[in-house]
Amino acid sequence: MDEITKAYFIARKDMRAYYLKPPLVSWGLILPIVFVLAFYLRNPMGIKEIVPGLIGMTLLFSSTSMAAIVIAFEKRIGALERLLLAPLNITTILLGKTLGSAVFGLIITFLITIFLILIIDIPVQHFFSFVFIIVLSGLAFSLLGIFVSVGVKEVFEAMTLSNFFRFPMIFLCGVFFPISSMPFPLPILSYLLPLTYTVDGLRQCLPGHNGAIPLWVNLLILIAFVILIYFLSHSVFKERIRQEF
Amino acid sequence: MMVGLTRPTSGTALIEGRDVTKEPVEVKRIIGLVPETSNLYGELTALENLLYQGELFGIPRRERRIRSLQLLEEFGLKEHQEKPFQALSRGLKRRLTIAAALIHRPKILFLDEPTTGLDVMSARGLRKLILDSKKKGLTIFLTTHYIPEAESLCDRVAIIVHGKIRITDTPENIKSQAKEIEILEIELEQISENFKNNLLSFDGIDKVLMDENHVHFHTKNLGQVISPIMKFIQEHDAKIRSIKTLAPSLEDAFVRLTGLDSELMKIDKPLKTGRE
Repeated sequence: MDEITKAYFIARKDMRAYYLKPPLVSWGLILPIVFVLAFYLRNPMGIKEIVPGLIGMTLLFSSTSMAAIVIAFEKRIGALERLLLAPLNITTILLGKTLGSAVFGLIITFLITIFLILIIDIPVQHFFSFVFIIVLSGLAFSLLGIFVSVGVKEVFEAMTLSNFFRFPMIFLCGVFFPISSMPFPLPILSYLLPLTYTVDGLRQCLPGHNGAIPLWVNLLILIAFVILIYFLSHSVFKERIRQEF
Repeated sequence: MMVGLTRPTSGTALIEGRDVTKEPVEVKRIIGLVPETSNLYGELTALENLLYQGELFGIPRRERRIRSLQLLEEFGLKEHQEKPFQALSRGLKRRLTIAAALIHRPKILFLDEPTTGLDVMSARGLRKLILDSKKKGLTIFLTTHYIPEAESLCDRVAIIVHGKIRITDTPENIKSQAKEIEILEIELEQISENFKNNLLSFDGIDKVLMDENHVHFHTKNLGQVISPIMKFIQEHDAKIRSIKTLAPSLEDAFVRLTGLDSELMKIDKPLKTGRE
């Protein structure tokens, strides 16, 4: 319990200290909003088709941007060393960093979702599954951001590296084009990426959309992604600390 | 290594009977560390930084607020408590970093180069704070390349050269090992290159140390060398401002015992980059 409280303190501090950092504002906030507005202004009625993709993409960019900043920035200024000197274990630090990024991503996604659902008038038909998918995806994307940023020294390196997987994911995971219309072997790649299950799951939570995979399978796969990326991040984080300090 | 950031390649280190590698979390509860760079969070205020540090150490909410305000008062930071860390001067940043390391009332405080990069007044103020903390019963483990600082602040000194401890003793005992040395300090208006070069081949002198205007002659027989030194100065047309004899300082003893120039010690430790 004590460790969870400390993880919460780390997350709260990260939110307070970093939510206005330029890379976070540009990549985590402005980019998803610009994408949504661009599609909305171009074709207000047609946007309904890509609402699940836009929500998933917003979550991906906002969660990973925060995660990439907190680790890389704190490594550069020496503040990560301060956390390592406190009586905390690596799990607590990782949990705190993940929570901060996920909460930031969820807040941005919540705002975008409210805009899309209320303004465009799309009701959510499986509310709890919808929330569960967003929370699980937020955690998975935050951990992915941390996984990428622990190995680099500068914030810009973390952002560049993040974009190597973020942009391909937009095109491979059914955000704009259905995976079924992609030529072989691209669908294989799509099903190896977590955003695919976020978008497919969200699509089934909105009326008039069918998913490629049953909703409960999407949820289970997202849980598996969270666990897998957590262990990967934990092991890389531990190894980097051993090497760098 | 002692604070648990680096794993030792061999051997053990115990703090209050606890192995630093086996019980790192417990050890971190009884120590505080002030790293060479002041690495608090620039976006948080002085008070928020201390409160956050208290949260990480599990100090109850009410107590951490009282303790934070008390430290701000003790360290002369009360009027700066609402300023972001990044807006503070280098000296104030250093003070706040030390205050943050004391938030959980550690028994041992590790201070790494506390006054490096500070102006004279900030460094003096900080040394006074260190002495005050020492008087209150805090054990301070100070790392410094500035030997006069070690002499004025420490009860015991260990001199490390190329990663190995050469001597561990009180400053007085270390200095007494060099007491047969007599030091003549001559202040000159200017020291020419020619003067410097010829000085190195001077007979009867164990060591010559120079800064911009001062020359320190270390010798075992001052009476014998004083007249040749004066003659040498006259020959080089150097104008004398003052002459005095000095008792060996810890720095002199360091030079005598290690055979190294204290300046050389600075290459032992690479400078870290980071926020100051």
